[in-house]
This record gives sequence, structure tokens and C-alpha cells, in this order.
Amino acid sequence: MNTTVQKHEKAKPVPRAEEFVAPSVDIFETNEGYVLEAEMPGVNKDGLEITLEGAEITITGHRVNVPPAGETLFRERRPVDYRRTFELDPAIDTGRISARMNQGVLTLTLPKSAKAKPQKIAVTD
Amino acid sequence: MNLIRWQTPTLATWPRFGRLTDLRDEIDRLLDGTLAEFTKTSNLLSGWTPAFDVYEDKDNFSVVAELPGMKKEDIEVSLHNGTLSISGERKCETKHEDTEVYRSERFFGRFQRTISLPTAVAADNIKAQYKDGILTVTLPKTEEAKPKQIDVAVN
Repeated sequence: MNTTVQKHEKAKPVPRAEEFVAPSVDIFETNEGYVLEAEMPGVNKDGLEITLEGAEITITGHRVNVPPAGETLFRERRPVDYRRTFELDPAIDTGRISARMNQGVLTLTLPKSAKAKPQKIAVTD
Repeated sequence: MNLIRWQTPTLATWPRFGRLTDLRDEIDRLLDGTLAEFTKTSNLLSGWTPAFDVYEDKDNFSVVAELPGMKKEDIEVSLHNGTLSISGERKCETKHEDTEVYRSERFFGRFQRTISLPTAVAADNIKAQYKDGILTVTLPKTEEAKPKQIDVAVN
């Protein structure tokens, strides 16, 4: 087991805009491509940013954070945005990636390019 | 769960206490590698404990819960003896036939959380709204529970 020795430093005030948490994801592969589902509660379509850079895809979700009026009695939710980067399989056709947002879950469909799909070769006599 | 009054944090980032999932996060941070991956993916330690916030103003309590990817019909909100209970089941929509799973960090299944409310609420006027994976329950206080101003008469 690797042990990292961390120096104890006084907590520096971090500007809120730079704080991110990684959303929980499910990733699975089908014959057609890959599907990625990321949990980002509080993020709607407008707060979502997906960038593709080389073989890396980054998803960023900005929360719509309007707390109800009044004082906070109890708090567990963290008012930070979401960000996570994934490396893409070269077989993915980056031009056909599509994204859908539903009740705080982002579904990213990453289809494989035609030539990467398994093909059957007919045998001639 | 009893309510503990929230205090303004003095640090920009503050430690979070009180939830088993947070303990799990701490363990994950301490043990990098295989074990952390295991506890994270299996939800062995905690199941699903959706994060909650509770707010209070003059007229209402508001409970805000993170429940991403659910159906409105699968969320149950009930009030019994001053205790608010939020429960439900998240079902896995995707059929995993003929697929290879690379990551499985999301939790599917049942959850339940209860909150004891500090004062009486008007049970008939409770509203619940589900949007962008966030459930907001608004519980109006009863007239008796609202703060009252008493004028002092001067003779």
C-alpha cells in the first residue's frame, strides 16, 4: 500500500468557484458503443458543460443553487459544482456523442465508429 | 435524526460529520487503491443515504434532498407525530444484457430517512416538488408554532 505523507498546512481560503466534486458514474459498453451515466443533482441542461479535448472528455455541472429562505438548521449537501474527466477509447466516434439530462442524471452516449464495430466477413467459395 | 443548529463555518472548507457515508469518504481517502475502490463500488458500508439540508424561516421549514435519477411516483413523503419521513426506491432503468460494466458507482435500491421537526407543522399544507433531481419539501408551521409579537401595554 502506498502511503502519502501529507504536510499539515493551514487551510487556505479557497475561492468557491474552484471547488469541485466528482460525480458518481456508471459506465458500460454495448456493441454499439459506451454509455456513461453521471449523478449531478441540482444541475439542469443549462448548467452543463461537456468539453472534448484530444482523447479526453470533461463533464462539468454547475448547480442551480438557490437555498430556500431562512436560516440553515442542518446541512449535508455541499454547495460545490461537479467535474470529472474520462479518457476515451479511440474506437469512439467523437462526432456522434450525445448527451441527455434527466432529473439530475446525465446520460452520455458514446457510439463506436463503424469500422470499430465487429463485422462479419462473408466467405466465398 | 435530531436537528442540530447549523453554525456558520469559520473555515472555507470544513469537515463534515455525522453521516456514515462521510466516514466512508474518509476511509476512502486514507486507503487508496483496491479497498477504497471496493467500498465505493459496493456500497457495502452505507447503502444509500441521500444528503439533506433543512432550512427554517418565519413561516416554513424546508427540507431539500438530493435524489438524482428517480421517478416522481417512486418517492414517498409522509408525516407522522412530527416526524417527516422520506423514502423511496431507485430502480435501474438500463438493462445490462450483453454489456460489459466498467464502473458502477451509483446505488440502486431503497432508502429511507426521517427527520424530527422542532415544532408543529400544518400537515394538510405540506408541499413537495421534484426538479433536477432535487426534492424540496415545504412544511408550513402551524399558527401556534409561529413566533408572536406581544405588544406591551403602557398604563
